[in-house]
Amino acid sequence: MKIGVYVCECGSNIASTVDVDKIVEEAKDLPNVAVSRVYKYMCSDPGQELIKNDIDEYNLDKIVVAACSPRMHEATFRSVLEDKGLNPYVLEIVNIREHVSWVNSDKDKGTEKSMALLTGAVYRSALMKPLERKKVGVIHTALVIGGGIAGIQAALDIASMGYKTTLVEKTSSIGGKMSQLDKTFPTLDCSQCILSPKMVEVNRHPNIKLLSLSEVVAVDGYVGNFKVKIKRNPRYVIEDKCTLCGDCLPVCPVIAHDEYNQGFSPRKAIYISYPQAIPASFIIDPDDCLGINPLICTKCKEVCGPEAIDFDMQPEIIEKEFGAIVVATGYAPYPIENIGEYGYGTIHDVISGLDYERIVSASGPTEGKILRPSDGKIPETVVFIHCAGSRDPSKHLPYCSKICCMYSTKHALQYKHVVHNGTAINFYIDIRTAGKDYEEFYQRAAEEDKVIYIRGKVSEVLEDGDQILIKGVDTLSGETVELHADMVVLATGITPSEGTKEMASLMNLAVDINGFIREAHPKLKPVDTAIAGIFIAGTATGPKDIPDTVSQASGAASKACGILSQDELEIEATVAIVDDSLCLEVVACVLKRAHIALLRCK
Amino acid sequence: MSYGYIKIGSEEKAFIAKVEEISGQNVYSCYQCGKCSAGCAFSYKMDKTVNQFIHLIQLGQKERTLDANTHWICASCFTCTVRCPREIDVAALMEAVREISLRENPEKVRIADLPKESLEKLPNIALVSNFRKKTG
Ligand SMILES: Cc1cc2nc3c(=O)[nH]c(=O)nc-3n(C[C@H](O)[C@H](O)[C@H](O)COP(=O)(O)OP(=O)(O)OC[C@H]3O[C@@H](n4cnc5c(N)ncnc54)[C@H](O)[C@@H]3O)c2cc1C
Ligand code: SF4
Ligand code: SF4
Repeated sequence: MKIGVYVCECGSNIASTVDVDKIVEEAKDLPNVAVSRVYKYMCSDPGQELIKNDIDEYNLDKIVVAACSPRMHEATFRSVLEDKGLNPYVLEIVNIREHVSWVNSDKDKGTEKSMALLTGAVYRSALMKPLERKKVGVIHTALVIGGGIAGIQAALDIASMGYKTTLVEKTSSIGGKMSQLDKTFPTLDCSQCILSPKMVEVNRHPNIKLLSLSEVVAVDGYVGNFKVKIKRNPRYVIEDKCTLCGDCLPVCPVIAHDEYNQGFSPRKAIYISYPQAIPASFIIDPDDCLGINPLICTKCKEVCGPEAIDFDMQPEIIEKEFGAIVVATGYAPYPIENIGEYGYGTIHDVISGLDYERIVSASGPTEGKILRPSDGKIPETVVFIHCAGSRDPSKHLPYCSKICCMYSTKHALQYKHVVHNGTAINFYIDIRTAGKDYEEFYQRAAEEDKVIYIRGKVSEVLEDGDQILIKGVDTLSGETVELHADMVVLATGITPSEGTKEMASLMNLAVDINGFIREAHPKLKPVDTAIAGIFIAGTATGPKDIPDTVSQASGAASKACGILSQDELEIEATVAIVDDSLCLEVVACVLKRAHIALLRCK
Repeated sequence: MSYGYIKIGSEEKAFIAKVEEISGQNVYSCYQCGKCSAGCAFSYKMDKTVNQFIHLIQLGQKERTLDANTHWICASCFTCTVRCPREIDVAALMEAVREISLRENPEKVRIADLPKESLEKLPNIALVSNFRKKTG
């Protein structure tokens, strides 16, 4: 057997803390080593050529490369072996960069550790056997979980590339948070006006099957071949029959809080969350309705001309197979009632960012008039408090929620557009406007619309008669300041939604410390997860505005199509196998759904 | 507006290190949001607000820090410490500066020599620091 050893300097990345010449020399004395060399950049074309020439010249059968992480260049070196007719799996990579030179500054110790790792690799290499890659078929359909703007965009993109797509949405309509927004920064175009055409397209698209009121309850299988169970909850109104006539509304005796309007207006137990909702059908909320169980009221059923109401609808489980999955389960606002000193939940006129979106919206509870919740008066002074919950590692969220500087600026500007002689004051720590045309938007708010910005965090918000007393600081003048406002809007930070957390745990997707789904690589694989065939899009992976959400969704869709477009996929040959003589049948692997191992295990 | 020449050399760094050593805090955790100043009941008596004072420490401006009255006005009520979003024990920073000031000039105040009327008027915290100046 002949082994070739190749040590990379990686410029000075490795060479500065590892004596590469020394380990190359010492490697020559290891068993079976026919040739041992060092090169500045092993991954470069000349570096690869060097290995190829040696394979010919020395008749090498195994290769050991001491360089960076196999995550970076294992594929590169495997193809070098393949080009020369060797089995690509008789390659051993020793990571002397991430595991040695980058985490150590003592050259002697670095050299010693590198040599120990390299020696182990050479011995292991002698035992390596060629492996064959398996091929599996691909199911040419996609599953998109979550029907916010991310899921909508991903589903439309996949469908328009010709693949059948199932879009699963937990609530009664697609649209997500974007459907609740009034106008969007930085262009101030109406959110519904740009969203609803996409929603209609989802409904109409021959390749999209929309399952609303549905949740994914089980995912099995592997890339190209996922087996999924979806639970579809009853709507109690037959979608295809409901004509949206609204005859049921006046007869329903139940009044409940309207979630779409953040609880600021009432709705009936039978309702549609907003006129443009898709599926375009009423729904009965089983928790509010009197008729479902026990059967004491059937008023809506009696008046429904098309006989669309069915109190006996049952949940159903749908089992389907998919080749690729996009997770787009979105975000939830931070529970700002946790910030005791800001008074949300106790002071009536302290509201959240999403509350404000509904109040300012023409389709909202006040039909776009800016009226404060307590007494319906027009607020003369409104204070917008940035970073409500964000950038506060001591008690709340450690990260910047990224969108709130912009939406608070938007909110202040919208207020000034409606209440021309009113005063809008934004308390901020830093203004973050990194995005196309965002800085200009902020400048416009300050210069043209005279929105006032005070640099400092508010310490306390107190009720004072029918006004609100703000205790803050102006760090630029160095003064503590107090002022009265008629309404306070908190720039609520954002967190992963419950659905995002549930899906991450159901599919064993890695999450970061804040619960957002982790990308396979933060820079180079932003829409992949660590599980092949499962992609992510939108705010499920972290705070994002709509432009970023949509581009990520299109990225995830194109990656999913990369799988769907193939007839068969090569499955990695390096899979775990079960040693029957050692297996204790604890089934931890089954519980962790280690897909590929299960393929081989009876 | 005043003019200040800023140098961050070894003396300044030594001052920062001393404050950090005594207080156990990283002064660079402060991102100058000002919530400490906003909530401080005595801000109006301070010639530098709490966050300005911390900023001076961040720049190692020892003289200007010691010249401020902020640390003497501070009553160690801990409101700033409780509210700081960056988990800084701001009151400990105040105490550290008081300690530095008193250690450099141990005879600055001799409590035994103080007339009773002054004792009644002095902020308690100044007296407490005087007792503590050689401990910890
Ligand atoms: C007050 C405020 C103002 C804003 N203003 C702007 C603005 O002006 N401009 C801008 O660019 N951005 C703005 N944003 C940000 C914008 O809301 C987001 O970028 C965008 O909505 C993210 O879309 P998404 O699809 O990732 O998430 P979401 O809108 O949260 O959608 C997720 C969807 O998935 C569904 N879901 C969740 N879990 C499951 C599950 N397990 N199974 C099935 N379905 C599930 C949810 O029901 C929801 O429909 C604002 C945000 C706030 C809070
Ligand atoms: S975007 Fe602005 S308001 Fe939101 S957390 Fe970041 S700095 Fe604070
Ligand atoms: S509250 Fe904390 S972070 Fe904010 S200025 Fe004061 S010390 Fe700095």
